[in-house]
Amino acid sequence: MAFAEWRHLMRPGDWLALLLAALFAAALFPLAWRGGAAEKAVVRANGEIVAEVRLTESRNVEVEGPLGVTRIEIAPGRARVAADPGPRQYCVRQGWLTQANSIAICAPNRVSLALVGRNRAYDSLNY
Amino acid sequence: MTRSTTEIVLTPDADDHRIARYSAVAIALSVAEAAIPLPLPGVKPGLGNIVTLVVLVNHGWRDAAWVSLLRVFGASLLLGSFLAPGFFLSLTGALASLAALALASRLPRRWFGPVTLSLAASFAHIGGQLVLARLWLVPHDGVFLLSPVFAAAALVFGLANGLAAARWLADDAKKDDIAEPPAPPAPQS
Repeated sequence: MAFAEWRHLMRPGDWLALLLAALFAAALFPLAWRGGAAEKAVVRANGEIVAEVRLTESRNVEVEGPLGVTRIEIAPGRARVAADPGPRQYCVRQGWLTQANSIAICAPNRVSLALVGRNRAYDSLNY
Repeated sequence: MTRSTTEIVLTPDADDHRIARYSAVAIALSVAEAAIPLPLPGVKPGLGNIVTLVVLVNHGWRDAAWVSLLRVFGASLLLGSFLAPGFFLSLTGALASLAALALASRLPRRWFGPVTLSLAASFAHIGGQLVLARLWLVPHDGVFLLSPVFAAAALVFGLANGLAAARWLADDAKKDDIAEPPAPPAPQS
């Protein structure tokens, strides 16, 4: 059936209602799927917390591990492992972490970088 | 012969017949819809609500509430989900929709048609269901992760059902009030 025939079934207020409903539905996506904004970066070496940094300003954190120094870069709202002496560089290639509860683990050097939001989704992870 | 004092005699009037007829159409649509495979549990078109909207516009909120609730009970009995969690979700959704329709039907008819009513009802439906699911079935905020999907479905199906109801009403306006319910309009092509 032609679009024009359906269109005259819509009254002016219906377009308004449709627009509001669409906006509401669209707004829910970022609201529900943001995963909680990250607030803090937690850096661990050998399981011990060595630094907890708020994600408000840029700074570097250097952590000593068994293989050498892992350099962690903190920027407003995000953080990454900038350099790591590990052989496979997985944690470096993960790039910037922006979501709360995301984590980059440099296993060979026993360093991890985790972002946490206001409330933690879980206490521990186990694979 | 004296009338028995224990025998209850119900004499259905025209209102009852009309509500029964509409409910039958709504139940048939709900049952037919259950045969449609859908990707996500909880996301379905809610075709039975087209009937609720038509009844609301033609006969008022009280009749719409009867038809809507009879549909929930009737369809769940036919589908075997009566008193299962899905039944309570349907019931909550229907009650929330009816509450929203009570408010939305006060909007000026000149400006707001069946599509507005349908959207109000579909969003209230998922809202009510999510609240019940959060309180009872999945007591964790994780259920709200699905809310964007449900809202998108409510938008699409709310619009489609509203247009279908508007079409039905427009066709009805050409005839007199129903002698027999017209066939439900085909889903939007």
